[in-house]
Parts: sequence; C-alpha cells; structure tokens
Amino acid sequence: MNREQLVEDLKQQIIEQLNLQVKPEEIVAGDPLFNEGLGLDSIDALELIVLMQQKYRIKLANAEEGPKVFQSIDTMADYIIAHQPAANK
Amino acid sequence: MAAPVYIAGLGAVSAIGDNVQENISSLKEGRAGLGPVRYLRTRHAEMFPVGEVKATNEELAIRCGWTGTNSRTAMLGYLAAKEALEDAGLSLHGHAGDEAGRSAGSGMTEGWMAGELACRVGLISATSVGGMDLTEDFFPAFMANPKAGKLSQVYQHECGAITEKMALELGVSDFVTTISTACSSSANAIMMGARMIRSGLLDVVVAGGTDALSRFTLNGFNTLMILDSQLCQPFDKGRRGLNLGEGAGFVVLVSEQVAKALGQSMDVVLSGYCNANDAHHQTASSPEGIGSYTAMKGAMKMAGLEPAEIGYINLHGTGTQNNDASESTAIQRIFGDAYPRMSSTKSFTGHTLAACGGIEAVYTVVSLRQQCLFPGLRIEVPVIDKPGVMVQVFEEDADIRHIISNSFGFGGNCSSLIFSLV
Amino acid sequence: MYINAASAISPQLSFRQASFLQDWRLLTGHRAACVEPAYADIIEPKLIRRMSRIIRMGVATAMDTLQQAGCTNPDAIITGTAYGCLEDTGIFLKRMVENQEEMLTPTAFIQSTHNTVGAQVALLLKCHSYNNTFVQRSHSFESSLLDADMFLKENPGAKILVGAADELTDYSYTILERFGLFRSHPAGEGACYFVVGSEPDAGAFARVNGVRTLFRPTPGKLEDALAALLAENGLFAGEIDLVLSGNLPGAAAARQYEVIENQLLASVPKIYFKLLCGEYPTATSFGTWLGATILKSQAIPAGLCDAPPTLMRHFLVYLADTAGYHSLTLLTKC
Repeated sequence: MNREQLVEDLKQQIIEQLNLQVKPEEIVAGDPLFNEGLGLDSIDALELIVLMQQKYRIKLANAEEGPKVFQSIDTMADYIIAHQPAANK
Repeated sequence: MAAPVYIAGLGAVSAIGDNVQENISSLKEGRAGLGPVRYLRTRHAEMFPVGEVKATNEELAIRCGWTGTNSRTAMLGYLAAKEALEDAGLSLHGHAGDEAGRSAGSGMTEGWMAGELACRVGLISATSVGGMDLTEDFFPAFMANPKAGKLSQVYQHECGAITEKMALELGVSDFVTTISTACSSSANAIMMGARMIRSGLLDVVVAGGTDALSRFTLNGFNTLMILDSQLCQPFDKGRRGLNLGEGAGFVVLVSEQVAKALGQSMDVVLSGYCNANDAHHQTASSPEGIGSYTAMKGAMKMAGLEPAEIGYINLHGTGTQNNDASESTAIQRIFGDAYPRMSSTKSFTGHTLAACGGIEAVYTVVSLRQQCLFPGLRIEVPVIDKPGVMVQVFEEDADIRHIISNSFGFGGNCSSLIFSLV
Repeated sequence: MYINAASAISPQLSFRQASFLQDWRLLTGHRAACVEPAYADIIEPKLIRRMSRIIRMGVATAMDTLQQAGCTNPDAIITGTAYGCLEDTGIFLKRMVENQEEMLTPTAFIQSTHNTVGAQVALLLKCHSYNNTFVQRSHSFESSLLDADMFLKENPGAKILVGAADELTDYSYTILERFGLFRSHPAGEGACYFVVGSEPDAGAFARVNGVRTLFRPTPGKLEDALAALLAENGLFAGEIDLVLSGNLPGAAAARQYEVIENQLLASVPKIYFKLLCGEYPTATSFGTWLGATILKSQAIPAGLCDAPPTLMRHFLVYLADTAGYHSLTLLTKC
C-alpha cells in the first residue's frame, strides 16, 4: 500500500470505526481531527489506538503519543509508515 | 429546617472485610485489600490488581443461606444490607421466611417493628453491573447457539432483579427500588432514602449499593486506559489510574420517631446531600470540577454549614489523572487554602463503582462516632501539597463534627453527602 | 403534579404528529419496533454518531417535550429504564467473547451505562441540575414519577423532565422469548418523556394525582392501595372513567389483573395500551402518555376502546406483571 492508498484507507477506517457522518472526500488529510476539525474527543483517541493496532498492527509506544500521532490523517499515515513492521515494508 | 434523618444501622462487605468491624480494623491497621485476581476468571488476571471480596460464590451462597444460581452482586448486597438491618435492631414479624412469625400465626402484627412501633420499611439499592457476572458466563454458549445457555444465568441480569432478590430475602416490601447512575449510584440511593423519610413516605430505608467485579467492567475500564497495573495512588501527583474493587455498603436511615422507638443513642444524622451534573463529557470530568463543586456546595447549603465547619472529606479519589485533578480543583474552589482533612479509602478497597458511596458512607459514620480519620495509602507526592491536609496514617482523637463523602460517576453524575454528629 | 408537556416514540406514529393516533394499528408479528423520526433536526449530527437507538429515542423525546414546554434548563432530569442500554451492552459483550478480552474499544462500554440517556440529555442542554436514573424493572418509570413528585414538593415551581426508555434488541428478544414473555403478544419498546410541574401551564395535559407501587401484594393490599389512592383524592371507584390497562386478555399476566379489573373496576371502560406499544417493562410511560393525551384532547382515537366513556375526568393507569409488580397511577383532567 503506497502513502496515497494508505491515506484513503485511513479515511474509510476512521469513518467506519467512529461512525462519522461525513464522506471520505470531505476529510482533508492535513486538517485537524480533534476539536475544531472533525470534532473528535478523548474517547475517539482511544478508538484510534485500537484501530491502529487492529488494522495496521501498530502499537503506540505510549498513550501520551496519541495527540501527536492523531493530529491529522497525514500524521497518522506518517506514523504508520515509519513504524511498519519489517515484514510489511 | 427539614426533619432529621438518623443513621441507625451499618453494613459493609468489601476487599478489606466481610462486615463493618473487619472493614474498620483494616482501615485502622492500614491493611489494603488490593492484589492479583483470585476469583474472577479473566485473561487480565496477571495484569491488574483488584479489590476482591475474599470468598468464592459458593462460600457467599452459604453465608447467605441461598441455593440456586445467584449473582455475586445480589449476595454481596444481601450480606451488607442484612448486617445493617440487624445493626439497627429492627425486628420483622410474620415474614414468610421467618420461623417465629410463621409459627406465631395470624394473631401477630405483620411487618417491621422498632420496639413497639410499626414501621414502613423501604429498600433503595444501587448497582451498575446488576447480574452481569452471570450474563457474561451465559454469553459464549448463547452466541454459539441462541437456544443454548442456561436461562438461570440471565434471570438476574437486570439491576432491578438484584434488588428484588435482596428485598424478598430481607423481607422488605413497603417500597423497593434501584438507582443506577454509575459510580454515584449508592450516594443517590442514600439521598433518595432520606428524602422519602423526610417527605413522610417511609419510616425506615435500607439504602446503599452493591457491585461485584465482572469481566465486563474490568475490560470496559481497560479500554479507557485508566486501570493501574500497580496499586493505585489516589491524590498522588504520580497517580496512574484506578484499581477496581467490589463489595456492598448499606446504611439504615430512620425518622426521628423510629430513632426514639429504637431507644439507641442516635448520634449521627445525614445533614446534607446534593446531586448535580457536570454536563461536560460522557466519561471525563470537567477541568474546573463544575459537577463536584455544585454537589459539595449544595450539600453544605442544605446542612447550613460553612467551609470551616467541614472536618474531613472522604474523597471520590479514584486515582485517575482526570478525576483527582477535577475533584481537587473543586475542593480548592470551595475551601481556598483552608482545606479540611481528606483521604481516599479507595486505596484500600479499590473502586467499587455503584457500591462506593454506600461503603464510604459506612466509613464516614464510623469516623464520626469514633472521632478518628482513616488514611489514604501510598501517597508520595500529594496533589494537595499543603502539609497536614491529606490523612496518610490512621489518626485518633480527631475533632470532627461534619464529613463530606463524595461520589462521582460517568454521565457527569456527581453526588455529595454530609454526615454530622448530633 | 401536572403533566405540562409530553412526547412519545413508540411502535405507533406517535412522535410530533398533527393528529392523535389517528392511524393507529394493531401490532402484528413477534416484534414491534418503534417508528423512529429523522433525528437530524432534533439532535446535533456530531453528537448522534455514538448514540444507540435507546439513546436517540430517549434524547429526541426529551428534547421534544422540553421544546413544547418552552423549557431549556429543567430543574431535574429523571429517567426510568428497566434494561438500560441493551444494544451497547450486547456489542461490548459480543466483542469481549469474540476477541477473548483483547482489542476492545471504549465507546460501547461507556454508552452501555444505565444513566446514559439522562446524561446525554444533560450534556446536550449543559444542564447541571439533579439527574437520576431508576432501574427497578416494571417500576422504573413509577419510581421516576415518585421522585419527580417528591422533588416538586421540595422545590415548588420546579420544572422537571421525567420519562422512561427501553429498547428491544436481537439478543434481548431472543432471551426474553425463551422466558415465554411474548407468547401471546408482540415484544415492544419505546421512549416517553414529560415535563411536569406543581402548577398547570396553559397547555397542560393532565394532573398526576398519585402513584402507588406494590410488589407481590395480596388481594387485600391491592384493594387497600386503590382505596387509599381514591380516598386521597376524594373519589370513589365509580368516578374512574377509564382504566388504561397493561393487561392483554389471554396473556400470561392476565390473572394478575383479576382483583383490580374484574372485581373492583369491572364496569369501567378499558384501553389495553400494550396493544399499541407491545410488551416492555416501562410501558406504563406509554400508558401515561396515552391517558394524558386523551384527557387533554378529550377524545379517544377511534376503535381503541370498546365502550368509550362519556365523561373523561379521572383515569387509572394500571399495570401488573408476572414477576408480581403492580402499579396504579391516577390521572385527572386539568
């Protein structure tokens, strides 16, 4: 999966997991996910941690990384690419 | 001035004791009941310390004298409520389960008596898990085949079914209800009981709550990443989260008339209470502690107390970053720098969810009666750093007349109770 | 205590309808699901995404009735629910079993708490008032009414949001069906909220003149309870114009109704409200909505009552179930 595909996949996954009432094309990859952006909150952050684990086999080193990793779709994609298990690269 | 509501009886079962006396001894001796999972079947047994009641379901059933399939929640609740009723010295005549009443025949007065006075007795219990401990055992078979799974395992699923079983066994029938407002549930049950007595609807109310540990709650709290994998440190700056506990705590509330008829010295009253909502987030508390501030303020207003008159606060103090920050902010807003003494006894029992308000009400009443303060354990760097505020070791000869007991829960439900020496 | 506004989501077209149950239908099949409205104009879309059906139905009826009453900040929010948030409970249980306690997410768990409906209403309104949830099986709604009545006596002039909600899910239907609960009539569900106060508003529906709850009463105790309720209001049995009964002739619970319906109030016309909303533990909230709306409109939807009363002043909502829960609620025309 290249980065572009990963971004699209992430949008789909997030919409599904968080039951967001938006379409994938309405999400801008660089826009903030929390607060003024998509309006996500601390509960969603916990959902995203499990999503990363389940779908991308990426375990956040610690929960404090969350806010940085989950800033936007872009930052999530970067984190996934940087931390992909060797076998998947 | 509203009519006084007296505390006539106490009952408690928790990780630190099977009755009130054992609980109090543990508190005095600094003996926490937290440790590795021994009774609950869970994959996380090695992961998270919990505060279990030290008995198997079979042992609890024997103590209750019950047969058949019963939720641990119902058994814990029954044991604590029964202790409270017995402590109050009320007697039941003509109850179906009561040999003496049955053999005495129809000529005898039926129902509860305080001495010579017939009383209307209610049971107002609280639970958040109900019979989930059994339902989660039922589910694997049921999911595999909708016709499978023993129905006896879901018969007590509903929270109300737990209270119903307790009421039947206790012989309480004038009024029975259950409150479920997450971790503030039993504080609200006690409040409801007091209001029913004050409004003349009942003379006696057995009020409190019960919750057993379940995989459902353990896993639920784990998804929120607020379980501590070590022993919890409420109101410590380095706190990491909460330990779940289980148990039940009940008080017997009585009207002045019943108090007189019981002929005991009635020394403690429920002088104030308030239920407020934080209205901030489904699970998180507001940074400024709106709900807890409003609850404590409201209870103090009802009791007619100034901040300086509050001697001690039994904190909600779960040990999560969020709760303790919010609660301490609310306390600071009310008391400024003139803090009352405070501690979280959840460092002994774990967080017993819907039962905590009941268990901590029992501790609070004993504190007033014995003029002593129970500690919060394992504090290294206190959240409130003013020296001498946090109670860290058991203290005797405390000069306290009024205690606030805080219970806050999911859904922004915040309730505070004030117990006072007469 | 006066019902000043009322809203119901039920298996009938009952929510925000211009006409009152004009097109009511007899329930068929085994399960009667609620007719749900489009929620987008009642609940903010950003907030609705986490809400299961019971929460949506509860919040929508709460918001609707508050709107009718012109109330934005009630002095108390009191909710009855026997089963709580079953859908979320089932989701979390299922995943816990399937994933063997691993990889679980928080949303279903936090929304499964019994006080979620009342909490979400408070959150939407930013309402810091008293907030309570009762979960006593068939007395969950009645406990809520008792609390509201007590609150009004403590705080005259207060406006209270009080109601009940229960949902039916695949799991709950399957399990309750195995208990034999739906042998003679369909399973139901619903959400009803009311705004109550100590004085009637201009558009008030009805006065609640008393609520009695009894558990496994002897016939004598039932008779006493009814007599006391009537005496408190200076009424005799003949002045009850209509019984809104939770009975369903031929149902398992029918014999529980014997004393009140066939002995004490045998000649009083009856409406069997579960024919409209199905079998569920907080169905008396629908019965109360139905009774209050009839009292306000002074009209009974055509075909709902075999022998409609000529006078409509005092109604009794009566429920008895197989577990032994009985409740009596006296409603009077404003």
